[in-house]
Amino acid sequence: MINGLLGKKVGMTQILRDDGTVIPVTVIQAGPCVVVQKKTKQRDGYDAVQLGFVEFVKPGRVNKPMGGHFKKAAAAPVKFVREMRVNDDEGANPGDKVMVDIFNPSELVHVVGTSKGRGFAGLIKRHHFRGGRATHGSMFHRAPGSIGSSAYPSRVLKGMRMAGHMGSQRVTVQNLRVERVDQDNNLLYLEGAVPGPNGGYLVVEKSGR
Amino acid sequence: MNTLDMVEKPQLRTDLPGFKPGDTVKVHVKIKEGDKERIQVFEGVCIAQKHGGVRATFTVRKMSFGHGVERIFPLHSRTIDKIEVVRSGRVRRAKLYYIRELRGKAARIKEAKAAQ
Repeated sequence: MINGLLGKKVGMTQILRDDGTVIPVTVIQAGPCVVVQKKTKQRDGYDAVQLGFVEFVKPGRVNKPMGGHFKKAAAAPVKFVREMRVNDDEGANPGDKVMVDIFNPSELVHVVGTSKGRGFAGLIKRHHFRGGRATHGSMFHRAPGSIGSSAYPSRVLKGMRMAGHMGSQRVTVQNLRVERVDQDNNLLYLEGAVPGPNGGYLVVEKSGR
Repeated sequence: MNTLDMVEKPQLRTDLPGFKPGDTVKVHVKIKEGDKERIQVFEGVCIAQKHGGVRATFTVRKMSFGHGVERIFPLHSRTIDKIEVVRSGRVRRAKLYYIRELRGKAARIKEAKAAQ
């Protein structure tokens, strides 16, 4: 039994309930996925399946090692491939399809994605520093302030929060509720937001495992 | 069709009349009290329409005992029983926020000529 899927963020919208409440939802193009490889305890040390999100690449664009890998599974080359742990070794053979119907409404899921890149960000954006007064002769605006003492310890302590690259990181959001499952269009509606831009790739897994 | 449009389309209401900012509208709102449901009418001038698709909202302003009251309704919400257009006004802006500063005669809106 495979407990997750690969997907692509379509965007956010709202669902209007009959009683007037509004639910913010993220629409995810979830699957279809194909099993590209199966890993077993005897051979690989752990049980897992490698899934591919069905979004094909031109055969000429695939390099030879990956081409051979897909050929082994008798699957067409795809862009996005991720591994997913499985508990048992039943079912799931290379070439098998995994569809969005593995999810049920009101179930909880975890979503893994790559957050939006913010580039080189300052302290206010990156670490929620407060900054200084903008006017009235204040000469302290968005600068970091003191980053440590003087002769002792004569160095900056490790882990000091400073400006630097922010975003484009792997981010997991836990326990999002499945609002609706659209099997005809392979769409998954989750309540709340998920990491990354529209069109970003995601891993959706059932929670509580 | 764009996937999000496709997702939103079944939720859009097509039974409501078209109206624009400047129009005076009667909004019939369903209100639930315990297990009973009744309908309340909110009549005023539509001063703004915002957002698109299923997220569309409109703002209605009325004077209630000398105080301005504004309500923002989600256009496609099922809590709206119906909308009546009482009068259509001729205005030159999409957002009539300036009306908040005006009182009495100055706050009137001219009636639009009926389309020929």
